[in-house]
Amino acid sequence: MTLRLRLLLAFAFLSIVTAAAVSGAGYVRARDAIVQRAQDNAVIETTSRVEQLYPLPARPLDHAALERIAGKVSGREGSAVAEYQGVSAGSMPSSVITTELRGLVSSGRVGWQRVEYNGGVWLVVGTQMRITGGGTSGIEVYVLRPFTSEIEVVHELALNAWLIGGAGLVLALIMAFVAARGVLRPVRDLRMAAFRLGQGDLAARVPVRGRDELAAVATTFNTTASSLEHHVGELQRMEADARRFVADVSHELRTPLAAMTAVTDVLDAETASLPGVAGQAARLVNRETLNLTRLVNDLIEVTRFDSGTAALALDDVDVAEVVARTLKMRGFEVTASLPDGVRARLDPRRLDVIVANLVGNALRHGAPPVTVTLYVEGSSLVIMVADSGPGLPDKVLPHVFARFYKADSARGRSEGSGLGLAIAWENARLHGGTLTAANRPGGGALFTLKLPLGGER
Amino acid sequence: MPRVLLIEDDEAVREGLSLALTYQGHTVDAVRTGEEGLELLMSVAPDVVVLDLMLPGVDGFEVCRRIRASGDLPIIMLTARNDDIDVVAGLEAGADDYVAKPAQARVLEARIRAVLRRSSAAAPEVVAERYGDLTIDREGLVVTRLGRPVSLAPTELRLLLELSSSPGRVMSRQQLLESVWDQGYLGDSRLVDACVQRLRSKIEDDPAAPLYIQTVRGFGYRFGPL
Repeated sequence: MTLRLRLLLAFAFLSIVTAAAVSGAGYVRARDAIVQRAQDNAVIETTSRVEQLYPLPARPLDHAALERIAGKVSGREGSAVAEYQGVSAGSMPSSVITTELRGLVSSGRVGWQRVEYNGGVWLVVGTQMRITGGGTSGIEVYVLRPFTSEIEVVHELALNAWLIGGAGLVLALIMAFVAARGVLRPVRDLRMAAFRLGQGDLAARVPVRGRDELAAVATTFNTTASSLEHHVGELQRMEADARRFVADVSHELRTPLAAMTAVTDVLDAETASLPGVAGQAARLVNRETLNLTRLVNDLIEVTRFDSGTAALALDDVDVAEVVARTLKMRGFEVTASLPDGVRARLDPRRLDVIVANLVGNALRHGAPPVTVTLYVEGSSLVIMVADSGPGLPDKVLPHVFARFYKADSARGRSEGSGLGLAIAWENARLHGGTLTAANRPGGGALFTLKLPLGGER
Repeated sequence: MPRVLLIEDDEAVREGLSLALTYQGHTVDAVRTGEEGLELLMSVAPDVVVLDLMLPGVDGFEVCRRIRASGDLPIIMLTARNDDIDVVAGLEAGADDYVAKPAQARVLEARIRAVLRRSSAAAPEVVAERYGDLTIDREGLVVTRLGRPVSLAPTELRLLLELSSSPGRVMSRQQLLESVWDQGYLGDSRLVDACVQRLRSKIEDDPAAPLYIQTVRGFGYRFGPL
């Protein structure tokens, strides 16, 4: 049940109870008072009419005398009947007199009762006529008076009570609604802000209204969000600094390396004529200069991916042709299944980097035979590189594309820059494709590259 | 051996490249700034310019544009490693090819040889071929449009000769990189696209709706059909 519904129900319940108590009690009291007074009036009037007939004429009373008595007490609106020893006379039907009333009157008291008669409510008042000086005369007089107008007043009262109660309920519901809004809006704001925060919008805050408990929650939320934003910002700044540092270092290294790399060919050609140790030293410097160049180039490549400045130079190519060139140029000995006619729009030099890294990795860490398989699946091209080695250990598998991740910490650095697979992975991603690593059921690592064919451009 | 004008602001790189190119038999004039390079261009008449893009004062792009405006001298630019924005901007400024630093001298040497290579696609026919308003003289390496000679940079000329050697046949960018830029390995297709753009602006009536050098989506380029 929502908070809103609960509030509405609580207000409704409260207002119903209150309205019932106030209007109901008021109605009952007013009704009783009105009915009581009307009945009292009728009784007083009837008895006073009866008393005006005293003293009674001498006995015996015949039908005509009774008729006269009934005529005297009936009044303008009513009708009456007078009974004496089984003889009754008058305009009022005796059938409306209940036995209950008769019993009451015959015991000598003044009785009255409301009855339904002729489609309306009537009051029957009955009394015995007394003989002067005490004692009853044995004559019973009943008067039938319309009571409809009083009942109408009572009904009106009831209607009023219902109306006031209903209006109160509606008013209560409106107020409940307003109150619920007042409470629920800050709650909703808080929920939205928390959601945005969860989505990574660290600038999400909630407006603080008033000084109530909800305002306190909002203030706490804002403080927490601020501190979170601060810490995340700090971390991001630190990470950006670290990345920028790597980029700066790589770029600074590049210029002296460019000078050194430029002369490696001269040195290569001349080392043959250098005597013994000097020649060995020169060859070492040459070789390591080129290794260093490769490492720095890879580092710069990685920083370009990180900064988002790496771009695709797209070309329409025959994929089999590109892969075959990669394998041939690097002298890789693999079993390749490269069907003709797989045309794709991609960056051939980046595909070359991916395939060269995957195959180079398979040949270095796996065992021959290495197979390269190309096929089309839906709107993607798939290249699978599989080796027949022991496969990747379970603890290596999740980190295989991590930078500088060495499966075996004792392994020398001569196995490549340690960035090859990370760069391959980034290149696949840059194409909107994927690169995944797994172990084949029969043993051996399996790398699967999936790139969109991207012909529609 | 060709004469190389090297414009590079870093002293060590300049010295290293001069050393290596001289060792391979080139005559090298090495200067530090674009202004010096443009000045020297008048007096020494080099065969090829090797141009660093990051220069103090007049930058490499501007130097490239000025050289291109005044003639057909081949230009090879030196760029930061895979700096894609620089590569595209440099090619648009009119460079024929580029080499990313750090590079071994033999890579630069190969690129120099490629841009200086005379067209190998020359057909035995002596008569100039006519295609619409265009006349291509394969022997004299002269291209005229409406009777007036068109000034083409070496790679632009070679690209036109290559494409027009078999009109109507589609050639892929990688094929063109191999035959025009002499890149036996996978090349940068942007070289072809930039060169096609420059060539179109010189020989087409409306470069946006090319007649001679047409793009075949998904495959490459084709000369004609007219």
